Amino acid sequence: MDYSIFRVIKEALNNHKGWGPAWRNPTPKPHYDIVIVGGGGHGLATAFYLASRYGVRNIAVLEKGWLGGGNVGRNTTIVRSNYMLPGNEPFYELSMKLWEGLEQELNYNAMVSQRGVLNLCHSDAQRDAFRRRGNAMLLQGADAELLDAEDVRKLYPYLNFDDARFPILGGLLQRRGGTVRHDAVAWGYARAADQLGVDIIQNCEVLDFRIENGQVSGLETSRGFIGANKVGTAVAGSSSRLLSKAGIRLPIESHVLQAFVSEGLKPVIPGVITFGAGHFYLSQSDKGGLVFGGDIDGYNTYAQRGNMPVVEDVCEGAMGLMPMLGRARMLRGWGGIMDMSMDGSPFIDRTDIKGLFFNGGWCYGGFKATPASGLCFAHLLATGTSHEVAAQMRLDRFARGAMIDEKGQGAQPNLH
Amino acid sequence: MSRRISNGRIGANTVRFSFDGVQYEGREGDSLASALLANDRLLIGRSFKYHRPRGVLCLGSEEPNALVTIGTGGSQTPNTRATVQELYDGLSAVSQNRFPSLKFDLLSVNDRLSRFLTAGFYYKTFMWPRSFWESVYEPMIRRAAGLGRLSEVEDEAQYDKGFLHCDTLVIGGGVAGIEAALGAAAKGDQVILCEEFSRLGGAALFESAPLGPIDGLLAQLAKHENVRVMTRTTVQGAYDHGVYSAVTLNTDHLSQPSAKAPRQTLWRIYSNRAVLATGAHERMIAFDNNDRPGVMLCSAVRGYLNYYGVLAGDSCVVFGCHDDARKTVVDLQAAGAKVVWVDTRASHQAVEGVESFTSARVVNTRGRHRVTAVEIEQQGRRFWIKCEALAVSGGWNPRIQLTCHQGGRPVWSAAIGGFVPGDKLPPGMRVVGAAAGELLEENWEPAWDLSVNGAAFVDPQNDVTVKDIKLAHQEGYVSVEHLKRYTTLGMATDQGKNANALGIGVLSQHSGELIEAVGTTLFRPPYTPVAIGALAGRSRGKEFKPTRLTPSHEFATRRGAAFVTVGNWLRASYFPVAGETHWRESVDREALAVRQAVGVCDVTTLGKIDVQGRDAAEFLNRVYANGFLKLPVGKTRYGLMLREDGIVFDDGTAARLAENHFVVTTTTANAVSVYRHMEFVHQCLAPELDVHLISTTEAWAQFAVAGPKSRELVQRVVDMDISNEAFGFMACAETKLIDGTPARLFRISFSGELAYELAVPTRFGNSLMETLLDVGADLGAVPYGTEALGVLRIEKGHAAGNELDGRTTALNLGLGQMVAQTKDSIGRVLANRTELAQSSVRLVGFRSEQQILTGSWLIPIGASAEQANTLGWVSSACYSPNLGCYIAIGFIRDAHEYMDTQMRAVSLLDAKDVRVSVVSPHFVDPEGERLRV
Amino acid sequence: MLINHPLLGPRDAQEFVYKGDASLLRRPDSNAEDALERFTDYAYLRDNPAGEHRELWYHEQGDRSWLVVTRNTLTHEVLDVQLASEVGR
Repeated sequence: MDYSIFRVIKEALNNHKGWGPAWRNPTPKPHYDIVIVGGGGHGLATAFYLASRYGVRNIAVLEKGWLGGGNVGRNTTIVRSNYMLPGNEPFYELSMKLWEGLEQELNYNAMVSQRGVLNLCHSDAQRDAFRRRGNAMLLQGADAELLDAEDVRKLYPYLNFDDARFPILGGLLQRRGGTVRHDAVAWGYARAADQLGVDIIQNCEVLDFRIENGQVSGLETSRGFIGANKVGTAVAGSSSRLLSKAGIRLPIESHVLQAFVSEGLKPVIPGVITFGAGHFYLSQSDKGGLVFGGDIDGYNTYAQRGNMPVVEDVCEGAMGLMPMLGRARMLRGWGGIMDMSMDGSPFIDRTDIKGLFFNGGWCYGGFKATPASGLCFAHLLATGTSHEVAAQMRLDRFARGAMIDEKGQGAQPNLH
Repeated sequence: MSRRISNGRIGANTVRFSFDGVQYEGREGDSLASALLANDRLLIGRSFKYHRPRGVLCLGSEEPNALVTIGTGGSQTPNTRATVQELYDGLSAVSQNRFPSLKFDLLSVNDRLSRFLTAGFYYKTFMWPRSFWESVYEPMIRRAAGLGRLSEVEDEAQYDKGFLHCDTLVIGGGVAGIEAALGAAAKGDQVILCEEFSRLGGAALFESAPLGPIDGLLAQLAKHENVRVMTRTTVQGAYDHGVYSAVTLNTDHLSQPSAKAPRQTLWRIYSNRAVLATGAHERMIAFDNNDRPGVMLCSAVRGYLNYYGVLAGDSCVVFGCHDDARKTVVDLQAAGAKVVWVDTRASHQAVEGVESFTSARVVNTRGRHRVTAVEIEQQGRRFWIKCEALAVSGGWNPRIQLTCHQGGRPVWSAAIGGFVPGDKLPPGMRVVGAAAGELLEENWEPAWDLSVNGAAFVDPQNDVTVKDIKLAHQEGYVSVEHLKRYTTLGMATDQGKNANALGIGVLSQHSGELIEAVGTTLFRPPYTPVAIGALAGRSRGKEFKPTRLTPSHEFATRRGAAFVTVGNWLRASYFPVAGETHWRESVDREALAVRQAVGVCDVTTLGKIDVQGRDAAEFLNRVYANGFLKLPVGKTRYGLMLREDGIVFDDGTAARLAENHFVVTTTTANAVSVYRHMEFVHQCLAPELDVHLISTTEAWAQFAVAGPKSRELVQRVVDMDISNEAFGFMACAETKLIDGTPARLFRISFSGELAYELAVPTRFGNSLMETLLDVGADLGAVPYGTEALGVLRIEKGHAAGNELDGRTTALNLGLGQMVAQTKDSIGRVLANRTELAQSSVRLVGFRSEQQILTGSWLIPIGASAEQANTLGWVSSACYSPNLGCYIAIGFIRDAHEYMDTQMRAVSLLDAKDVRVSVVSPHFVDPEGERLRV
Repeated sequence: MLINHPLLGPRDAQEFVYKGDASLLRRPDSNAEDALERFTDYAYLRDNPAGEHRELWYHEQGDRSWLVVTRNTLTHEVLDVQLASEVGR
């Protein structure tokens, strides 16, 4: 069933009786060509691209809870491709291009909104780093602009320019960056994949891998055994837990990232702003809530909640940058569990077990990566070779010394 | 009409206030809501999506409809709940989310279009043409959305933070809470009792029964010195290990708060135990047009009557499904109102003189800006009754929000018709009273969706109707989380306090699933919306972070220095003299003075770590990549520190002042992390070593004295022979100044000139700086700042922060041979990984007649500007006054092949494409002769 | 979150800096034949358990002790705290 304005009008006049389910609720088949574990953004996108671009239709996506219930449902909705390193930037730029055509491809309005992502700088060294990164972005086909303080003031006159502990010197702006309605991404991919015949199986938890002679043959699940020629896991946040069932240790720690939303306010923040002298970033949703966050709590956890120090740290950043926010109220905070990898960059790779493929380590950058992650993982699952833009996102890069360390913090996941 | 009929429990003192520009009178002790109701002002707001007229629904902080903006400019506070805002003289409130006025809101056209604007309609449209989303559709949606408006000027209020400790924290000051506090206090506990309202008493304050018993409890409470009562204080979050956050509203109720008084205080309360005694709040029933002004919850109607003396209407309909509604009937009747009681149940205990309809329901209401009539259905018969107010109760929702903050999941209690806390509570928490589901009416009968057309509001603020819930279910959004996200049910400013249980009930009714099976969403902190200002406290403006001043700050200020922030430090960046108008003039002069005469720079910000113990040398030998065992006493060595992953972490010097005593320096940026790392290596990896570490960064003021005349200058202040023979290159000593001040002297150089670093206890720092420049005046001594320091080190090709970006190896820096392969040091093994060891990237220098921008990328002449063609990047650049041209250092691959060739430094961001020569990074004195003279 | 410091008593976790899995105490022998492989595992691979986790915290805003804290990563319950320098390895 196509979604369109005409259909919306027709159904409205018909008391909405004609709208069917956005996706089926199928019973798992005994065997699939490919089973994706994880019905979040990445898993659903992988299934969609496998079906739409690689012609693999006999696919299941297994989700232990409800689809979209992981990090795709609990993030701050930002999309951008403002990375520096060649191991990352082409991948995120591909993702950006996929975002730009997503709604038409999925026939689902995910509200891809390119209102700009602005990183602020407050020291010469930061500006130097921004120039290096911004140039790298341009050299790799993305867009970037280096702003001075006056340019920033024109965009956001109410930032603290006059009384700041760390004055704003300028910023790096990516105009094509922005936000996307996060839940709609999961739903859009799910609906589109379902229409291509993908079985999305909710409330189906993977209990174990069935591995014979070093080759995966299927999954023991809460809904029985499901056979598969290939298994791809896309369960960021739970990667270590799941892969440990296959005896695999990962270069990943699980950490909680808190995020917050304010009460609804009339439009005041057009784009996304990140503070360079504290841990704070924000945007405003179409519904009017300010969506903001900061740094991870910094300790290993699987509990989807954080503690007060980070809540206060984020709000201190808010007031340091934008002192009008004192009168806005925080409405809700929540926590998502991140796969924090050892160099801050992700993995899309095969494992040592034949037929078992791994997608994870997204740190807190997984949402923006959703389309490219799905496409590259689909490419790997279908062809057995890495997609060219994900060629460096390998598990063995640490053994080789080929880290993709944007922040230069080394093997310390909570600093990435 | 809605009017004041008595003093209630607040007294008779009048105060003046305004709403939407109209002046009104209220009473001291009123809430803004009660005062508006007392003035028959029912229409207070507009709903979020359909812009429907809305009035007061509730009594307390769960109010979803009556949101207003208080104040203007620096005190403008949007989305303030009129039910929580205490009235004060001169209060000025305006309505929100309407244009041009509350009564005539153009966007109320949305209400007419509501059949098109159902749940999720925007996911299905606004996709064509693609470019219209950002340019047309989204701006339209954004303008229509949102509630109140921020002023866009700085919040003028101050906020504060506090920390409290107690044995027992009691959350909620109603009867159950007071009793819990008394019980704990009697056992000798230190008790904190937090109450959201301005006084203790809880729900009893709002009932008609006399307050005698409450007064008795309060009298007992007053006898306990170990109980701290905090009113206007809402406990907002339950965090790990008994830590709770709470916010006190100190001045929001005051007409003229003192400018110094913090508006609100954020508390972190550390408790051993907590008692949740938060009571319960009532919920709505879904019937058509259940959202008109004048439709209120039963408890609210009673509360406005009993506490504030405000009667909701002379003719009222009471609609409920449990015994509790009867109290409203009784109170209204006693107040002289004409009451009609509609009950879904087959029978109830009648009230004499009140017309009752049992097995009946309200199915609709009428009235433009206020309810004027309700439609009742009884046994298939429908009829309208005129009324001025409709009081509704669909049952009670225990206030269990805090029980969910650590993952606890509420469970459905069919007995009370509400969600009660599950088994998993935050450790140490006990739930008592109505919050635990106790004392609530048990003759409850389900009443969820009683609507005929489905235009019945479940989440009133977000305009989520029964129709939306049904549609979401029909479209497969069956999980309760999907329902919430697809319809926005429970995502309004009350966070589902009004909507969640009702929505789940409606879903259960239509899906045929049991409520237990439908499940519930979790509540997250904060309990009520909290001002971001309160969460930030005093960390804003210049006080956002501490400011660290260097020992010579006073001197630098007097000299008119320009300052730069380096981390939390404020350092002098250059010292302009008369006639200099551009920073470059000052910097060039300072850099030349160092190379030609002598300059003095405050380098105190470099980290200093004292390392002592029998194994101090062995310890440094493990921490540094290069060897330290053989460093003689009285000598200093450059040290290169790697991370365990083989990447360069930091560099600095280590001076051996005595056999078992070293002083280590770090870069300014890494002072803290290097110290942490050294403690890690000691305590975690080598606890057997006899070594002790202490940071002395702030204990010693340190000055670089650099330039060909530095020896002459330093000799004039120190009480020792510093001739080249007595105190050669890299020498160090503990010594004293000629005035007896203890001092440390190091013959080390960052500039490449003959240079010393002289340290004295911090309190003597400023005077030493002054002395050096006084006694060095005839030598041409100048103070120099971080800018000149940067120029000098680039001229010398020394790596600094820009080069040590956390990805650079010793090999990249050209220091590969420094990593000793014959000993075990941190990072040695992993530095040998293939791709690191085979890297051809090296630090090189660049020269140009044109300015080279840091952050440019290097590209061969004639090649296009794209990633594949890049050879490397420029890490630091400056104008060299000594060479008379622009210079830079940076990294390129296959560096040896490109040495002495030309390439381009390209910054696409700045449209700069500059031809540069690739040279050695050691622009000045590459042989290092000047250091050793 | 609170950490019961063995010398100083309960302290807010905010006073500490977190490093990670206490397996970092078991630094491999750099002279071993397979040192490169062992160091790669040591520096990069983690069990990352959902449940009890021994981990390193540094009391930076305090006495600068490195502590080994045993904590449940599902509930945040702290089960044991010891000085890293005294942990038997």
